[in-house]
Amino acid sequence: MDATILGAAVINGLLLGGSYALVAVGLTLIYGVLHIINFAHGSMLMLAMYGAYFLLMKAKIDPYAAIPLMVAAMFAAGYVLYRGLIGRFSHGKDENILLITLGLSIVLENVALFFFKGDSQTVTVSYSDRMVALGPALVPLPKLVSFVASLVLCAALAWFIARTDTGRAIRAVAKERHGARLVGIDVEKIFAVSYGIGIACLGAAACLLIPSFYVSPSVGHLFVIVAFTIVVLGGMGSFIGALVGSLIIGLTESLSGLFLGEALGQIGISLIFILILLFRPTGIFSK
Amino acid sequence: MLEVRGLRAGYGEVEILHGMDIDVAEGEVVAVLGSNGVGKSTLNNNLSGICVPFGGSIRFCGEDIAGANPARIVDLGLIQVPEGRRVFPNLSVRENLELGSYRRGKAARARNLGRVTRIFPRLMERFGQMAATLSGGEQQMLAIGRGLMSEPRLLILDEPTLGLSPILVDEMFELIGELNGEGLSILLIEQNAVQSLEAADRAYIIEHGVVAMSGPAAELAGSPDLRARYLGL
Ligand SMILES: Nc1ncnc2c1ncn2[C@@H]1O[C@H](COP(=O)(O)OP(=O)(O)OP(=O)(O)O)[C@@H](O)[C@H]1O
Ligand SMILES: [Mg+2]
Repeated sequence: MDATILGAAVINGLLLGGSYALVAVGLTLIYGVLHIINFAHGSMLMLAMYGAYFLLMKAKIDPYAAIPLMVAAMFAAGYVLYRGLIGRFSHGKDENILLITLGLSIVLENVALFFFKGDSQTVTVSYSDRMVALGPALVPLPKLVSFVASLVLCAALAWFIARTDTGRAIRAVAKERHGARLVGIDVEKIFAVSYGIGIACLGAAACLLIPSFYVSPSVGHLFVIVAFTIVVLGGMGSFIGALVGSLIIGLTESLSGLFLGEALGQIGISLIFILILLFRPTGIFSK
Repeated sequence: MLEVRGLRAGYGEVEILHGMDIDVAEGEVVAVLGSNGVGKSTLNNNLSGICVPFGGSIRFCGEDIAGANPARIVDLGLIQVPEGRRVFPNLSVRENLELGSYRRGKAARARNLGRVTRIFPRLMERFGQMAATLSGGEQQMLAIGRGLMSEPRLLILDEPTLGLSPILVDEMFELIGELNGEGLSILLIEQNAVQSLEAADRAYIIEHGVVAMSGPAAELAGSPDLRARYLGL
């Protein structure tokens, strides 16, 4: 095996992992606070990608410039969705939340299918095909930007969760709701904020993906299965686990693609998933 | 400052409290005593807005708070330190205390942190440690510290001595005296009748969801009826 090829595969794997990070972090955050798998995660990502797509095509807003807008819009969408639908109709039962998010994803996807058909769309921006040399690898600029921006945004979110009162309240509510109510934390609001933040991550992820990826009504599936594996691998609800897990899964996908052939890249991910469930079902970063 | 009138409360269809009258005046320590499952914590949950009363009224500092949301009740300064501590296990001692001033006492957070760590030097030693790793007694200190961070006008303590060693129980009652000495009104929910009646100005004995006896604590402590039933004397 040529060291250069291996090195390039490693770099590509890390970049790929970076593009999963925001999706996985959003999923793990929602799980950590609400104790549910957000089945609508993939379709919300799809929605955000169409958002970024149309902002570029119709309003000529560059995807990177659209990040603040999409983050705000997706936060609002998540917040309202929680307040108006999930929180209202779940009656505090986790299995109801599960069904609502599942139903939501089916509705969103079919609405998207109705409007956009099954076709996938790609965008071209001036920097779409620009390549940068990164050690032994020649990588598309958008992938490098996506990697760096994802990590920066994850770090910003980690800071927010660790250092602000709202962040503390989010962590408090995750583990001790009664205690939280007694210090005056509005638990339902924190649920909605957490769901909103988890969805806002998808707004950023979508903007970072769109210059180098396609969008279609089913694009979310691709990411959500991987993101779910990452969240299980890192430990359900663990922020750092989701981050490290993303990089591990990106590497796995890239390396198994290298050794087993492009088409089989995802097999490595399934293998890791099975191994984790067998040997450490609580994930690597669980206590 | 607290006036409870005809409070009826419970869970779902089941009524646990069948019309309770309880008062706490400014500067008082008032004890509420009663056996397990009689509804003491139910009373607290209704005072703090965790549950909505079935009927009756709750007034605190002139405001009607029956069925108000917990955040508003915290805003008014009615702070509860719940049974079983309910500290945030995944947060550090410091963060637990900081969240005590999530709504109330935020402006004076730094000063109150200093005050609470002077009251509980043990918490200072454990400042960066996760609350889950504290001993039961330390968690109780943390829960009270968190309550004090909210600058309470009335502090409800729900069985603060539960599970504490005899020495810590004595310290807890000393602390109640000290806090009250600084002017804090306290509603003390307890099973430990002897020491509670010593610490309190007045007391209520709850039986079958109603107030069975009430009066000055010293008087109740001397009542032969009560001594026979609760103090086993
Ligand atoms: N969330 C709840 N749902 C239904 N019933 C409850 C709930 N919480 C308490 N109860 C019931 O209400 C009654 C009173 O409970 P409560 O916790 O108020 O008693 P308590 O006086 O605080 O007892 P203890 O001294 O053991 O703490 C009990 O019969 C209990 O089973
Ligand atoms: Mg109780």
